[in-house]
Amino acid sequence: MRVSVDADKCVAAGQCVLLAPEVFDQREEDGVVVLLDESPSPELHDPVRESALVCPAAVIHLAES
Amino acid sequence: MKRVVVVGASTGGLATAEALRRAGHEGPITLVGAEPAMPYDRPPLSKQVLTGQRGPNELALRSSAEIDALDLDLRLGVPAAGLDIGRREVLLEDGIRLDYDELVVATGVRARRLPGTGGIAGVHTLRTVSDALALKERLRPGRRLVVVGAGFVGAEVAAAANGLGVHVTLLESAPVPLAAAVGDATGRFLAAMHRDHGVGIRADVRVTEIVQDGGQVSGVRLEDGSVLPADDVLVAIGSVANTEWLADSGLAVQEGLVCDEYSAAGPGVYGVGDVARWHNPLFDVTMRIEHRTNAAEQGLAVARNLLCPETRRPFAPVPYFWSDQYDVKVQAYGYLRDHDEALVLDNTTSASGRLLVIYRKADRLVGVLAVGASPKVLRAWRALIAGSTAWTAVLNRTIAA
Repeated sequence: MRVSVDADKCVAAGQCVLLAPEVFDQREEDGVVVLLDESPSPELHDPVRESALVCPAAVIHLAES
Repeated sequence: MKRVVVVGASTGGLATAEALRRAGHEGPITLVGAEPAMPYDRPPLSKQVLTGQRGPNELALRSSAEIDALDLDLRLGVPAAGLDIGRREVLLEDGIRLDYDELVVATGVRARRLPGTGGIAGVHTLRTVSDALALKERLRPGRRLVVVGAGFVGAEVAAAANGLGVHVTLLESAPVPLAAAVGDATGRFLAAMHRDHGVGIRADVRVTEIVQDGGQVSGVRLEDGSVLPADDVLVAIGSVANTEWLADSGLAVQEGLVCDEYSAAGPGVYGVGDVARWHNPLFDVTMRIEHRTNAAEQGLAVARNLLCPETRRPFAPVPYFWSDQYDVKVQAYGYLRDHDEALVLDNTTSASGRLLVIYRKADRLVGVLAVGASPKVLRAWRALIAGSTAWTAVLNRTIAA
């Protein structure tokens, strides 16, 4: 799985960080998403998929191999 | 294989369909939407769409390739007209009947209107992309916009219009704008912010009439008889759940579709998103939440409960919302409505651009609202809310800090 984020459209809700803190973080100053791991290990795939599903700005994109 | 029908093709309905496929459901999914547009995102309608930062073609919740991959029987532009839960059949307005094994009700809400204002040009409500584009067309420098109702939609539109050079007046029937939802202190903070930007705020006023001149709105008459002149009026006085099609179904409808803690409304029927009034066991409150993030989370939860009823789980989220006004982002976790106390922990002058308020209901912490707080601080508060932390423990901790 390859993860990418469109930080320009991020609304800083932080839902992804709650679900997958190993993969996502937020910038301290404005809460915009920071991608920590572009190719997360398999045990993280479910929470990452969940993050993409609930992201209120739909800015998390997944390429599943 | 279960045949699933999802009625409502916005955030909640689409999230349910997507979650069903992600969980491995291979049976047929029909997604019914009243609006003709492909599923789109609504929060930008009161913000970036009005300012022109986002075009109407930049609102899709998913790309058409992503929608295609879900292999849906997509029926857009057709509202549902009725439901027979005994025969497990949804009736659409075009006469089509859809059989289902499991039904998801995600029909959302519509904007509440002022009675008798239907045919008057220049009177707007804001819920759909066409509403937003019609309003955007009218927001020109020097024009006068009166916003009736200083809730979050009204406040966001006021901020966007103000930035476009429109003269904006925000009317609120309560003594403090937004107080019912977020408390007096937050309401005063936000009202001051609007005033600092030049928006006129009139609180504790009631509108008695939309004044028109030849079918075009010309002003708003207030209870004291005075008339505020207006080129356009936005009516932002809350919403009405779209449940009329359920009226004869036998399901319980009470300002929304009544659901239990699993989001189930009846045999083979679930509610998702703005339309669902479900019991949230975390707060022990039956709530209906009109927030973007809740619709997606509830869709995910319902997809799981629907596919695996033997391992179903209560839907017990900490609700989250945000609001963008001017250069400020308001963020809140929890259930703030009906709070007993709102305690200000950080200063409330709008000039500082910072605000931190926590909310108590009975003896526990139920919410936090912040402007300008760091994500880590907010997440720490969220964790305390999720843990049903006692108010006394919160106070001790705050004092210790």
